[in-house]
Amino acid sequence: MRVAVDVERCEGHGRCYMTAPELFEADDIGNGRERGDGTVPPDLERKARVAVANCPERAITCEEAN
Amino acid sequence: MAEHPPVTDWRTDFDHTDDVWAADPYPIWDELREQCPVAHSERYGGVWLPTRYDDIAAIAYDTERFTSRSIIVSEFRPPRMLAPEGIAPPISSDPPVHKEARRLLLPIFSPQAIDKLEPSTRAYCQELIKAMGDRDVVDAAAEYAQHIPVRVIANMLGLPEEDADVFRGFVNHVLEGVSLPLEKRAEGMINLFGYLQGHMEDHMANPRDDLITFLLESEMDGKKLDPFQVVRTIALLLIAGIDTTWSAIGASIWHLAGNAADRQRLVAEPDLLPVAMEELLRAYAPVTMARLVREDMDWNGCPMKAEEWVLLPFPSANRDPAAFEDPDKVIIDREVNRHAAFGLGIHRCAGSHLARMELRVALEVWLEAFPAFELADPDAVRWSGGQVRGPRVLPVKINV
Ligand code: HEM
Ligand code: SF4
Repeated sequence: MRVAVDVERCEGHGRCYMTAPELFEADDIGNGRERGDGTVPPDLERKARVAVANCPERAITCEEAN
Repeated sequence: MAEHPPVTDWRTDFDHTDDVWAADPYPIWDELREQCPVAHSERYGGVWLPTRYDDIAAIAYDTERFTSRSIIVSEFRPPRMLAPEGIAPPISSDPPVHKEARRLLLPIFSPQAIDKLEPSTRAYCQELIKAMGDRDVVDAAAEYAQHIPVRVIANMLGLPEEDADVFRGFVNHVLEGVSLPLEKRAEGMINLFGYLQGHMEDHMANPRDDLITFLLESEMDGKKLDPFQVVRTIALLLIAGIDTTWSAIGASIWHLAGNAADRQRLVAEPDLLPVAMEELLRAYAPVTMARLVREDMDWNGCPMKAEEWVLLPFPSANRDPAAFEDPDKVIIDREVNRHAAFGLGIHRCAGSHLARMELRVALEVWLEAFPAFELADPDAVRWSGGQVRGPRVLPVKINV
């Protein structure tokens, strides 16, 4: 699984990095971005889905691995 | 406070300053959402009231057809010549100028910058608890919640702490004085600007390590900000940051005072607080914003006229059953919670990281000091009306 923040949609609510700090971080203006290349370790997949579901701007995409 | 005739029909003649709305707006919104999801009232020269999440979101995102030139409904509409900046950028600004005015504030309110303020905020909350002495009943709104955002923002800006009552008065006037005659409201704004002007001049003569100095030295479009813009920005931070956060802290304490199971769970599991806080922000979102309709248009079947108001009740969006399961239940470990308490789109509350830190620290310190508390007299609780709703009188029995 891989997550990515769409910089065009993100408005910096911070719900992603508060919910799943292992997967997201804040930049210097508080917008969210995925850590590294956004790959989600299997044990954090549930957390990743919760973060996606809590973004008020629906700015996070999540690709399920096949 | 309302100087308007009481509302008898919420579908055609609503008024957000009515005492019934202040006391309990949720049943009003629930009924409208079902039966009349975009209501209209002739008051204030025309106001629309969407109550569904999707409609509120669509309007918040539509900065083309809805302008932020004014975001507080009153009889007064600021002159069109102020657009696209408006009176208090960035909250009153439209694209494209909004972006740069907002960009100026974001680094100051980033999570990293706000973290540094946590120890002083905690110390201050503890001081407030200590000052309560050993009484059994305290007013959690007037003696606790109210003071926290004032002190924090005064320190950030570089305004004297002793002036707390002075700026609380100004803010109250702007937000709760919407039904006063125009001259009275204008007088309040002039007093606020005059007060801030003095402090700005003092900072120009004696620069120091605070936000006023930072703003005076900041640049936009390669030029220093003009001093009037600095004053307007400071005024915005006072107006946007005080009643709002006071309301959120107060409403959270009110909920926990009336719901022993939730309170006990948070005392036992303090790590749940960040999740619980989002639920309290959803259920008791304090802030309703507004827009002005830019041009006459048909909006989803509603004949909207230029210069009519549109209220954006984010608290109603947060109670929409189409967006939240069991919206009227407070579920303090609600996991999926895409609430809109801090708005949606380009005007997302620039102070949300600060507000969350203040709310979390205020609740942590309160719960540590008073693991068991309850409402001393539920009928004595008073809520503010208008666009920022929170308890203003909140007698709580501590140490029960
Ligand atoms: C729980 C407390 C708070 C709530 C619920 C809240 C809510 C909101 C909402 C809903 C908006 C959106 C405005 C719109 O769409 O027109 C907003 C904007 C704003 N808020 Fe807050 N606010 C809170 C605390 C604060 C604090 C502490 C500050 C700073 C000291 C602050 C500063 C701002 C600013 C500057 C804007 C304008 C942002 C822009 O237009 O780009 N707020 N707030
Ligand atoms: S929750 Fe969404 S809007 Fe907020 S920072 Fe994360 S990606 Fe951006």
